[in-house]
Amino acid sequence: MIEKPTRDGYGQGLIEAGRANPKVVVLCADLTESTRSLGFKKEFPDRFVQIGVSEQSMAVIAAGMALAGKIPFISSYAVFSPGRNWEQIRTNIALNDVNVKIAGAHAGVSVGPDGATHQALEDLATMRVLSNMVVLYPCDMHEARKATLAAAQFQGPVYLRFAREKSPIFTTPEMPFKIGRAEILFDSGRRGRPDVALVACGPLLYEALLAAEILRQKKITARVINNHTVKPMDEKTILTAAHDCGAIVTVEEHQVQGGMGSRVAEILAAHKPTPMEFVGMPDRYGESGEPRELLEAFHLTAPWIVKAAVKVIKRKYV
Amino acid sequence: MPDIHDKKVKKLERVALQIREDIIKMLVTAGSGHSAGPLGMVDIFTAFYFHILHHNPKKPDWPDRDRLILSNGHMARAGYFPKSWLKTLRKFGSPLQGHPERKRLPGVETTSGPLGSGLGQAAGLAYAARMDGKKWRTYCLMSDGEQEAGITWEAALFAGRNKLSNLTGVIDRNNIQIDGMTEDIMPLEPLREKYEAFGWHVLEVGGHNIGQFVEAVEESKSIFEKPTVIIAHTIPGRGVSFMEKRFEWHGNPPGTISPSNNPPPDEQTRIALHDLRTLDGKIISEHQ
Repeated sequence: MIEKPTRDGYGQGLIEAGRANPKVVVLCADLTESTRSLGFKKEFPDRFVQIGVSEQSMAVIAAGMALAGKIPFISSYAVFSPGRNWEQIRTNIALNDVNVKIAGAHAGVSVGPDGATHQALEDLATMRVLSNMVVLYPCDMHEARKATLAAAQFQGPVYLRFAREKSPIFTTPEMPFKIGRAEILFDSGRRGRPDVALVACGPLLYEALLAAEILRQKKITARVINNHTVKPMDEKTILTAAHDCGAIVTVEEHQVQGGMGSRVAEILAAHKPTPMEFVGMPDRYGESGEPRELLEAFHLTAPWIVKAAVKVIKRKYV
Repeated sequence: MPDIHDKKVKKLERVALQIREDIIKMLVTAGSGHSAGPLGMVDIFTAFYFHILHHNPKKPDWPDRDRLILSNGHMARAGYFPKSWLKTLRKFGSPLQGHPERKRLPGVETTSGPLGSGLGQAAGLAYAARMDGKKWRTYCLMSDGEQEAGITWEAALFAGRNKLSNLTGVIDRNNIQIDGMTEDIMPLEPLREKYEAFGWHVLEVGGHNIGQFVEAVEESKSIFEKPTVIIAHTIPGRGVSFMEKRFEWHGNPPGTISPSNNPPPDEQTRIALHDLRTLDGKIISEHQ
């Protein structure tokens, strides 16, 4: 299995978006190489803007550039942008409804040795509560590239979440990607009625696929859904899964509170209450460690998704 | 006065006087809002919208218009709309929100209110204009209180570093903020030297002297490879005797509070309008 970080897909997507549309500009807060903005800078030096360590100012400068017709992508680590500059994003980008794309790199505990200060675990929550904001969390490098291109074409504010650590590439460049449409990647259910649905986003989607394989060996059938658009979420696919499976496990490298799984729960509570289990960070911060070690320590890997699936199936309404 | 003749200045001063009356009336109808600041900035607004800006009120989205960013959004609803809308200020469904919103009101360049976010947006506009070789200018009106916000200085660094000579900032130096006098709360002086150290050209003018202000803006257009900031010294509440220089009137309309040595609330609106209606010539004569 080839592994690359999703931020690489962002870097590739930026270059392609830049070639396709001269209005695309990239702003960066002193993290040009590690956010993968460097390739764009090299190809389009006049359309790259160095902001320095000023994330708040980066958000409003981008808003100003968007008001003048540009399509700015602002790049930093997710803890700083959209972490440090949330109010500027809320007022000057989201409420203002301007065409700015926010790219948060180094999200999740898999940032690894840098520790809790640099492991964003709250950004999906803080972005998905903003009206007008689209929230995308691609699962691998190819999808990150597609999400970046889709964001450039979309008119309005978009938040893109990327990871630092390399992760398996399991989609292809040809697979479809549409904002707001979740994709079913796997379904082992007989007559379209699997025992459980695994709804995942980001690189942990791969763990969900591994979990489905383990479940298959245990004679438990599963549907795996790539829920890359956290907002606006594909309610139809979620409700269909609830109807077909009657039990749902959500998987994300983010706080359980307020994240993708929370949005799934909101949809189900309103339309079709269904037993759920949440795989994610259980109301705590991360810490230093190797990426894989941390994912295992915080129960975010396939065996833990399997446990959650077994548990939720027992809770099904009869 | 090379750029503006006396007759034009006198005309603008009469416009400013009418706007002062309208401010009092709309605030009384709304029942809440900011009094002192808007009265202090009327002359600058008048200079911009009735003389300086290259704009077309009938085509608010004309691409080559000058941009005016109102960073201190509590100051005014500066946009293009029928006068009858003024009485809907701060009411449900009104295009005139408590703080201005871009998508609700033609001519409002951006949503503002939370302080400190204007200068960066103005810098972004100016930067984009220069990338595209556009001739329009960006202006940014700021309060002095928001000079306490770190983001203001982030933007000041950016504009200085990028030599945004197509950007002119204006600071309404009225020395008051919600909780008191700026120099008591968090001293800003020496403000001129701060901006100079950040790579800006700095001018200081009397903010009620429309002729002098217009000249300063003209000078800012001729400054090479530097953004300019005009520190405009204003008197908060200018034109209403009991409001002048009183921070208590920052966030309250007439009839709602009774600070010491002020007329009783039910008299305030009448006195304010009386002051303004007998003002003709007072602000003008002090310039001479």
